Amino acid sequence: MAIKVEERSLTLFEKLYIGEVVRGLAVTFRHFTVNLTLHILHVFGLAKDRRAAETYQYPEERRPLAPRLRSLHRLTRRPDGSPRCVACMMCETVCPARCIYIVAGEHPNPQIEKYPVRFDIDLGLCVFCGYCVEACPEDAIRMDTHILEFAAYSREEMVLDLKNLLSRSPIPPLHPEVAPVYQLVRLESPKQEGNSRTP
Amino acid sequence: MDSISYAVDLAKVVYLFTFIMGLASILTWMEAKQSAVMQDRIGRNRADIFGVRALGLVHLIADAVKMLIKEDFIPAYAHRFLHRIAPSIAFFFALMAFSAIPFGGTYRFGGYEVTLQVFSFDAALLFVFAMMSLGIYGFVLGGWASANNYSLLGGLRASSQMISYEITLGATVIGALMIYGTLDLQQMIVAQGELFWGWIPQWGVFLQPVGCLLFMTAALVETKRVPFDIPEGESEIIGYFLEYSGMRFGLFFLTDFVETVLAACMTTILFFGGWQVPYLGATGFAFPGGSVWELSTVTVMILQLAAFAVKVFLLCFFFLLVRWTLPRFRWDQLMRLGWTLLLPLSIANILVTGLVLLWLQG
Repeated sequence: MAIKVEERSLTLFEKLYIGEVVRGLAVTFRHFTVNLTLHILHVFGLAKDRRAAETYQYPEERRPLAPRLRSLHRLTRRPDGSPRCVACMMCETVCPARCIYIVAGEHPNPQIEKYPVRFDIDLGLCVFCGYCVEACPEDAIRMDTHILEFAAYSREEMVLDLKNLLSRSPIPPLHPEVAPVYQLVRLESPKQEGNSRTP
Repeated sequence: MDSISYAVDLAKVVYLFTFIMGLASILTWMEAKQSAVMQDRIGRNRADIFGVRALGLVHLIADAVKMLIKEDFIPAYAHRFLHRIAPSIAFFFALMAFSAIPFGGTYRFGGYEVTLQVFSFDAALLFVFAMMSLGIYGFVLGGWASANNYSLLGGLRASSQMISYEITLGATVIGALMIYGTLDLQQMIVAQGELFWGWIPQWGVFLQPVGCLLFMTAALVETKRVPFDIPEGESEIIGYFLEYSGMRFGLFFLTDFVETVLAACMTTILFFGGWQVPYLGATGFAFPGGSVWELSTVTVMILQLAAFAVKVFLLCFFFLLVRWTLPRFRWDQLMRLGWTLLLPLSIANILVTGLVLLWLQG
C-alpha cells in the first residue's frame, strides 16, 4: 500500500521567506561563533573536552573503532606457532565471494588430521561479511586486527597467503596440560600435492 | 598636474588595487575556512611550506601555482580570440568599477587636498553601474565563444539573471539618491556623517531599510554566488566557464570574488556610511555627550580607511554566510523573485520615499 504523505501548506511567515532566511542565518552564525570560540580556546589549551569540529585528522588521528568491527583477517596459531586451521573447508564453502582458497595437507599428528598447505584470501574479492569467522569450528580465522589500510598496487598483492595471515597472530602460551600433545607436533615442509581439492 | 599629484594618484591606485586583490584572495581562503567552521569541519589545512601551514593560507599559493601551470585549453571550434579575451573582459570591468569607489574622505595636508578616490567625479554611481553592466559581456562571450551548448546556456542564464536584477539594483538606489540628492558617492558618504537627534549616525540603512535589503539581495544576485549561482552551478548544471581551464578559469573565479568585494563596497557606501566612523569629524571625535577628542588629520585618515576596510570585510563575511546557508534558487523562482517581488518592492520604496520627502518638506 502506498503511503500518502500529507503536504503541509506553508504558513504566511514561511511564505514571506525573509524570516526563514534570517532563522537559517542565525543557525549557521551560531555554529560559526561557537566553533570559532572553541578553536581559539583550544589554541590557549582551554576547553579541550569540547570538540570544535567533527573532523578526525585521519592519518594522525584515528576514529575509535567498534570492538566488533570486521577488519583485516588473521589466522590464529597453536602454541607451537603452527596454524590452528584444520583445513576443513568450512570457510571456503561459506564464503559468498569465493575469495578463500585452501589446499589441505595431512598432519603428522593423528589427533589433528589435516592442516592447510596453502591458505589464500583474495582481498580484491572479499566482501568482509565475516561468514568465515562464523563458520570456523576451530576459532582459526578472525577479523579483529582493526587494520583497515591494505591497499596495493596490483591484484597479486591483494592476495594474502598463509604466512601473511599468520604473521598478525601472536603465539599463545603453552599450557602444561596440553603441552605433551604439542611436543609431538612438528610440521614437515608443506607438501604441494597434498590432499588438495580438484581444480 | 605636478609630480606630487602623480605620486598621490599612484599611491591611491596601488592602495586600492592591493586592497581589492588582497581581500579577494583572502575571500577564497575565508570561503573555505568560514564554511568549514560553520559546518563543524576544519577545512583545508594540508598544504605547507617547510611545515608551516598558516591555517590553510598556504593553499592560496598552491591554488595560484596550480592555476598558472595548468594547460590553457581552447576547444577546436571555439572562437579563439573571443574565447581568450572573455575572462579578461569580465575581470577588467569588475576592477574598473572600483576606480570610482571612495575608500576615504577628503583630507587637507597643509595647503594640499587629497581625496581618497581614484576617479572622483559627480556621476560616480552611474559609472559603477555602467561598469557592472559591461562586465556581463565577459560572461556572455565566454559562454558563446566556447562553441559548447552547455556553456552557451550558462552564458544566457548569466545575461538574463544579471540584466533582470540590474533593474532592481538601479531602482533600489533611487530612494537613496532622492534623499542624498547626488550621484557623487563621496557626497553621499559625507551626507551620512550627519546625526539623527544628535546620536544615531544618519546611515542609509536607517533611512532606507527596505532599500538596503533589496540592494543587498540584488547585489548578491549580481555576484552570481550560491543562492543565485544558476549561471555557474559548478557541480550540476555547468556554466559559461565550462570550456575554461588554467588561469582563464581562475580569472572568472576571481571575478566572482572581486564582484563580491564590489557589492560589499557599494552596500557600505550607500547604506553603511562608507568611510564614516560614528562621531568622527575632520578634527577628531565629537561624542553626543559634548566631549571632544582632538585627533590629527593623519589619524583621522587612518581611522576612516580602516573603518571602510572593516565594514567591507564584515559585509563580505555576511555575503559568505548567506552563500553557505541558503540553497540555490530554481530558475523560475529566481525570475519570479526578481520581477514580481523585488522590482515592485523597489518601485514602492521609491514612491514611499518620495511621499515622505514631500511630507517632510511640508
